[in-house]
This record gives sequence, structure tokens and C-alpha cells, in this order.
Amino acid sequence: MAKNKLVKEREDVVVRFAGDSGDGMQLIGSLFSDSTAFAGNDFATFPDYPSEIRAPQGTIAGVSGFQVHFGHTDIHTSGDKADVLIAMNPASLKANLIWTKSNGIIIVDSTTFVDKGIEKAGYDTNPLEDNSLTGYTIVNPPISKITIEAVKDLDISNKVALKSKNMFALGVVLYLFNRELDSVNEFFEEKFKSKPLIIEANKRVLKAGYLYAENVEAINPTYKVKPALLKKGLYRNITGNIATAWGLIAAAERSGRQLFLGSYPITPASEILQELSKHKQFSVKAFQAEDEIAGVCSTIGASYTGSLAVTSTSGPGLSLKSEAIGLAVMTELPLVVVNVQRGGPSTGMPTKSEQSDLMQALYGRSGESPCIVMAASSPSDCFYSAFEASKLAVEHMTPVILLTDGSIANGSEIFRIPKVASLDKINPPIVKANDPDYQPYKRDENKLSRPWALPGTEGLRHRLGGLEKENITGNVSQSPKNHQLMVELRDEKVERVANYIAEQKVIGDDSGDLLVVSWGGTYGVMLTAVEQLRKKGMDVNLAHFKYINPLPKNTGDVLSRYKHIVVCELNNGQFVHYLKSKFPHYTYERFNKIQGLPFMVAELEEKFKTIIEKNNK
Amino acid sequence: MEEKALKEIPQLSMEDFKSDQMVKWCPGCGDHAILSSVEKVFPQLGIRKEDFVVVSGIGCSSRFPYYMNTYGIHGIHGRATAIASGVKIANPDLSVWVITGDGDSMAIGGNHFIHVVRRNIDLNILLFNNRIYGLTKGQYSPTSPKGIITKTSPDGTFENPFNTGELVIGAQGSFFARAVDKNPKMMVKIMLEAAKHNGTSIVEILQNCVIFNNNTHELITSRETKDDNQIHLEHGKPMIFGKNKDKGLVCKGTKLEVVKIGENGITEDNLLIHNQYSEDPGVHNMLARMTPPFSPMAMGVIRSVKQDTYNDSLDEIIKVSKETSPLKTVDDLLTSGNIWEI
Ligand code: SF4
Repeated sequence: MAKNKLVKEREDVVVRFAGDSGDGMQLIGSLFSDSTAFAGNDFATFPDYPSEIRAPQGTIAGVSGFQVHFGHTDIHTSGDKADVLIAMNPASLKANLIWTKSNGIIIVDSTTFVDKGIEKAGYDTNPLEDNSLTGYTIVNPPISKITIEAVKDLDISNKVALKSKNMFALGVVLYLFNRELDSVNEFFEEKFKSKPLIIEANKRVLKAGYLYAENVEAINPTYKVKPALLKKGLYRNITGNIATAWGLIAAAERSGRQLFLGSYPITPASEILQELSKHKQFSVKAFQAEDEIAGVCSTIGASYTGSLAVTSTSGPGLSLKSEAIGLAVMTELPLVVVNVQRGGPSTGMPTKSEQSDLMQALYGRSGESPCIVMAASSPSDCFYSAFEASKLAVEHMTPVILLTDGSIANGSEIFRIPKVASLDKINPPIVKANDPDYQPYKRDENKLSRPWALPGTEGLRHRLGGLEKENITGNVSQSPKNHQLMVELRDEKVERVANYIAEQKVIGDDSGDLLVVSWGGTYGVMLTAVEQLRKKGMDVNLAHFKYINPLPKNTGDVLSRYKHIVVCELNNGQFVHYLKSKFPHYTYERFNKIQGLPFMVAELEEKFKTIIEKNNK
Repeated sequence: MEEKALKEIPQLSMEDFKSDQMVKWCPGCGDHAILSSVEKVFPQLGIRKEDFVVVSGIGCSSRFPYYMNTYGIHGIHGRATAIASGVKIANPDLSVWVITGDGDSMAIGGNHFIHVVRRNIDLNILLFNNRIYGLTKGQYSPTSPKGIITKTSPDGTFENPFNTGELVIGAQGSFFARAVDKNPKMMVKIMLEAAKHNGTSIVEILQNCVIFNNNTHELITSRETKDDNQIHLEHGKPMIFGKNKDKGLVCKGTKLEVVKIGENGITEDNLLIHNQYSEDPGVHNMLARMTPPFSPMAMGVIRSVKQDTYNDSLDEIIKVSKETSPLKTVDDLLTSGNIWEI
């Protein structure tokens, strides 16, 4: 008998799915995201992969997670702590309890809370029985048992049946948020087209979870989140890596250039190479090189021929590419380097995110070697950042290092799909055949960029190389005065990019008490924290930077208008150091987190409050 | 490109490829002769002068692109093959030539070298082997013979040198040839064959560094000894060499052996016939490994087999993808999969 349903409305909710890496958590996470999209909510997701490929089953090392944050209001992060945790075994409960609100709902598979599983997870006693979960709402159906029961008259083995147990959990969650089962059922029909038994099994288990939730006392009330007030348009869910790849494809289209990617697989950037490998229909040439160095060197070769040339990597890979990026600086060829940052140094924490390659991007080369450095701010912004990095590279004839990070690369959010024709046109400075005025290093008056003369074109034969070039002619020159001139010109060329990028915006008031400064992938959480404090009437303002080198022209002006500045970053203070070197006359407080984890909204709010209170004493 | 094929290619000469830059190699360096051979080869290929790209790494030989009036890149140490791979993959219509040395290609650039060979990217790679580091003034290289005294091996090297041909064939090379700087006619002939070969062509040129490793190839190249220490391979012809053309090669088990024609009943008919097109690399490998004084050094085209190039395969997949992909425009891509309207 269905109980009397009480439905409560919520502004936003965080759901975290956790289980063994074989339990299909990523799948139900993304199916739940799709259902969230159909419900019209704004949302963001983040997968939490185990760092081992196949850790022993049932252990903490093998726990895989997927978090979805959805709401009626704008959602900018995948959420701090979960309102609802789905834990498919004791290890996933143990690993994720700290990420769950103290009054949250926890759904577990009680079948797995037996001696062996409890022991493998490192518990001394059964957490379902020892009162350690007081305060949480526990829903503990014997998921495995009911799953086998639900399909027992189908001709499939228990082992196969148990593969569907994640769908039971999904069924419970769909009920909890008053969602329909239709879209998930459609997914089964599409995915298992040739396996009607599997379709049937999945449908039954999903339904069983839904019905269980409907009948169990513990699930009351259920929740509803009203559709978000989003701008009209077409939407999709997108991760940062896919958005990066697509932004590059769009830039190739808008510049009329062939897209070339030279790259070597590395966590967490490999997906960009994988995605671009799929799109040969757009003449994308994705070259999997023998190493990071060949990745960037082949890219420089492709750039010389006139391709929109890109290399993708992560921290240690960027180190290997340093020398070649110097060659691109010297030859003044366009080059986009996408660096998906991860925890370092060395191999560091490959599956964890960090913002610690900023100094490397700015200075990690021999000689005076300026590049444009910019940073994407969110999964969907990766599309626009990759597009703009490409535009700046080809229009200004220089390498651009685009920093993203593991969090936004793997995290997803909804993306309002633009029309490609509405994106900026990209105008490469390609020289016409037999141009009588052509000289390899004759510069554009405004941008100081040199012209792009492509092999195969009549009348423009020329040689480039890593040796210092004579101004205008591009011949090899070791003359002292020329070297100084060229170093200054290359620097000035990058500085002048400031004339072609947006000014720095501030979220909040034009002047005030506290200015929060941040950059790159932390945008969502910074914005959420600042907006929440402002709602409470606090004088907190946010300047979130996308352009690092050059900085927007009004940066100094922005910094001057607030009494206090706090720079927040997921490293040991690289951007604050950079700002100090450019604007030494301000005092900067800093907030640095270097744990391979994103900022939490709560800890940011706490920090900002403390700063304000301290300063107003 | 079709448009290009229709265009008349004007008769070109050496002068079309000479750059205005002063050639700065030491007088007497083998590089000069190689440069003039290349200048002779380019006009004979029926390729527009704008379609040549010469790419190099670092080392004495790698100054080469500055001396050719073509498109070119003087790259960084060891990376010429990687840069050239990008040039060729991005624009298969270009004729791409790589100039590299023994250190550039087999020490610092060893990884790129074996992989470009394995991928069979259609590049013509001229490898100047002087068995020394010249530009850094005389340290041993990966091809320096064991025991050689150099600035970094004052007691003689104790490392095993690479044999270029063996390395190339081991990396599944489709084309390997060897020439000497002192024989321009041979160089021109081999470079023409390399240019014709569809795939990665490696031409090892035994080059003399007069300053730091003078006469390293003396036994093979001096007037007195060269005929007995070089065998010029020609496809379909018996393997004969020697001042009096009276020596030849036969295959005994897994080894090549030098025999004298007329001795022990050996006639020309007993000699091996060179088959540069044989897919099986067995004999090619044996030929590449031969070194004086025990056997002659094999010169000419040792191996030249037909294999799909990287670009052949890539361009075919691109063509098929364009025909079959449901995604015709970038807008199709952005709206593919799960989307919803608000
Ligand atoms: S050092 Fe040797 S290889 Fe270099 S230019 Fe002089 S002779 Fe030639």
C-alpha cells in the first residue's frame, strides 16, 4: 500500500552515488543527470574515480563515486556535501560519509553489510548496527537480494542479474525526487537493443527500487525541485574535456583552418585526444605521438603548414614540452597548448585536481619566452576558452597556454548550445601568394604579429628556426642589439594582447570592503560563496580571472578599489605571487588549499567572514 | 591537389634552390658535397619549388635548411622527424625532407626516429653519419666505433655503436639506402630513388668531419681501398665488387660470405642477386650489417618495399568518415546526443 505522500520543495539538492568500481555508479549518475535535465533543473556533476584501475573489490581504494548537484536556482558547482548518499557497499559508505550532510539520507545495500564486506572496508563493527549513523536517515533495503528476486523467472544467472542492482538504487532515488522512469527505460531499450532479457531485467529492477521507496516508511517526505529559470535555448550536459575538444573544432571552422592535434595520452587530459580522434569527418587530424615532445613538435610542424595546431597534456607533460614551446615562441607560430592540471610535482596525484602549473605556464621555459596564458573557469567555459585560445594564437601568431584542471575537465554542467555562426570569426594573418612586401618577420603595426606564409604558396619561401632571428628579414642573427630588440618585441606582442581581451569584471560592487580574487576552474564555487554572503548583506566582491598573461588592462584599477584583497587558489600561492610582482603596492591575504580537493563553499564563506571580522575589529 | 597537377611545373635548375645565406660549414666538410647533390636532385623531381619543405634538428648538418631556398624549419635537437611528421600529416601535398645527423637522429632523437620509421610517414630523411658530435666540438656519438678516443672518451669508448641500417630495418623501415659524401653521382641517384619511394626513406650518408673525426670512413672511401670495401647494390643484379670486379657475395646459412669468382668453381651465377623489393628483411638486414674489413660496406638502395604510408591510411579514413558520418556540420556535433530545449 502506498503511504501518504508528503512532498517538500527544495531549492537545490546534492546526490552522491558511491559503490565499487564495478557497480556502475558512473552510469546511474549520468542517467540521473539526464533525468535531471528533463526535469528542467540546472545542474553540475563530478565523477570521483578511484586512482587504481582495478583495486580489490570491496575496498576503499576501489570506491567510485558520482555527485550530482541540481536546483531551481543557478548551479555553479557539483556541491559541497551530499543530501543523499547511495552507498552500494560498506567501503563506499566509509569513504563517503565525510562528504554527506549530518542529517542526510543514506541508502545502502544491506545485503553487503555482512562480516567480510565490513571487514574489507576497515570497520570493526557493522555501522548499520552500532549507532554510529545516528542523525542520518538510513534506508537499507537488501538490494542484491531483491534484485535477484525480481528477475528470478527470467532466464539469466544471478551474476548477470546482480549487474542490474545499481538500477534498484536509481529507482529509489528517482522516487525520492518525484521523477518518471520513462527516460531510463528508453535508455535500456536503446542500449541493449539485441538483448531483450537484459532490457527486461533492468526495467524490473528499476521498478522494484521505485516501488520499494514508495512503500518504505523511511522515505517520507519526498522532494521536488522546481525547474530552473534558464535562458531560452537548446541545452546539453557537457564535461570540460569534451567542451575543450569541441571548442577547438568550432575554432577550426570559424578560422577556415584544418584542426591538428599532436598529443600523448596522460591523465586527466587523454579525453581531449580521444574525442578529437573521433571527428575525422571534420578533417580533424589527431596524431597520437610517441611522447609528449613529439606531440608538441608535430604540432609546430602542422602550424607551419597553416593548421590550427593544438597539443594537449597535463603538468608533467607540459614540462616535457617546454623546449618546443620555446621554439614556437621564437618562430612566432600559432600554437595552442591545453594543460589539464593535476596534483604535482612529478607523477603527484594524477586523478586529483590542483592549480599548481600556473608558474610553469608563465615561466617554465629557457630564455625570455612569453606566452599568452589563460584559464578556463568551468566545464562549459572550456568550450569558449578553447575557442578564444585558438583565436588569440592565430591572430597574434604566438603560443597560448590554456589551463584547465581535473575538476572541470571531468566535471560536467549544463551548456547552452551556441550556433556556430554566432561565434566570432577568426582571422588568421595568412599572406597572399607573391606578395611583394612579404618579409617573414615584418610585423602588424598594432598586434606586432608576424605574417603567416604557408608552404606551397608561390613567392613566399622562407626558413624558420630556433636561432635568434633578425627583425623583419627573419635571417639568423646573433647581433647583440637585434637580440635585445627581438626579446622586447616578442614581449610587447604578448602584452598588446591586453588590447584584444575583455576587461576584468567584478561581481558585486564597484568598490568596497573585501575583494575575493580567484582564477581558473574555481569559478563556480567562488561565485556561489560570494553570492551567498552578499545575500546575507556582506560586502564581499569577486574578481575571477580568466586572462593571466597578459592580465586585463584594468587589473590594477580593480585591485585599487577595495580595502582588502584575498586571493584564493588550489596551490601554495602562485597567482598571489604573480599579482604581487605586478602590483606590489597592495596587501594580499591568501587562502590556499592543496589537498587535491576543490574548495568547499562553506569553508570559503567561513574564511571570508573571518577576514571581514578581523579587519573590522 | 588537382589544381596543382594541372599547373605547368617550370623547368627548374640548381640555382632555383640556392639560398642567399653564406654556407658556414668548415672547408672540406662532407656536408658541402651533400648540399650540392640535393640541389641537383630537387629540380629533377617534377615538384614545384614552393612544395618543398626542408626540416632539420640541431648539429652541423642541421644548418642545411638555411642554405636551401625552399620552405624550411631549423628545429630543435633530435626533433626534426617529429616536426616533419606534423608538416607531412597536416599537408600531404608537400615534399618533406629531413636533414639530421647520427647524434640528432639516434641519440637525443632516437625515439622519434624509430617511430617515424614504424609509421612509414612519407618523409625523405638524409642522415649524415660522421660518427662524432661536430657542433659541440668532438664528443663520441651513438655510431662512433668502439674504442675511439674523443673528448668524452679519453680512454676509448666502451659502448656498442648503432648500425643505422639494422636499426631502421628493425623498426620496420620500408626504405633504407647508404651513400658516401665522396661519391656525388651515387648520392644523386640514391636521393632520386628515396624521393620516389612512397613512405619513410632513410638515406644514410657516410660523411667526413674533417675537424673532429677526419678519415673515419677512410677505409670505405679512399681511392686505394674503396673498391674492395664497398659493394654497390643494384636491384636485379648479382652482388659483385672489388677493384677487379672479381669478388661477390653468397648466402651461407644466416650469413653473407665474400667469395672470389673463379675460385672453388664460383661463377657469377652462384652470387646473390639483389632484390631491394623483397618484403622479407632477412638479406637486407645482413647487407646492412656488413662492415669492413671483414666484408664490404653495402652501398645503394638496400631495402625499398611497398607499404601503406601513414597519410594513405589517414586520408582514406577521413574520406570515408566524411561520406558516412551523420555529423555534417559542427552545429550537428554540438546538438548530437541528449539535448533539451528550454
Ligand atoms: S665540425 Fe665537422 S661536421 Fe661540422 S662543419 Fe666542420 S667538418 Fe663539418
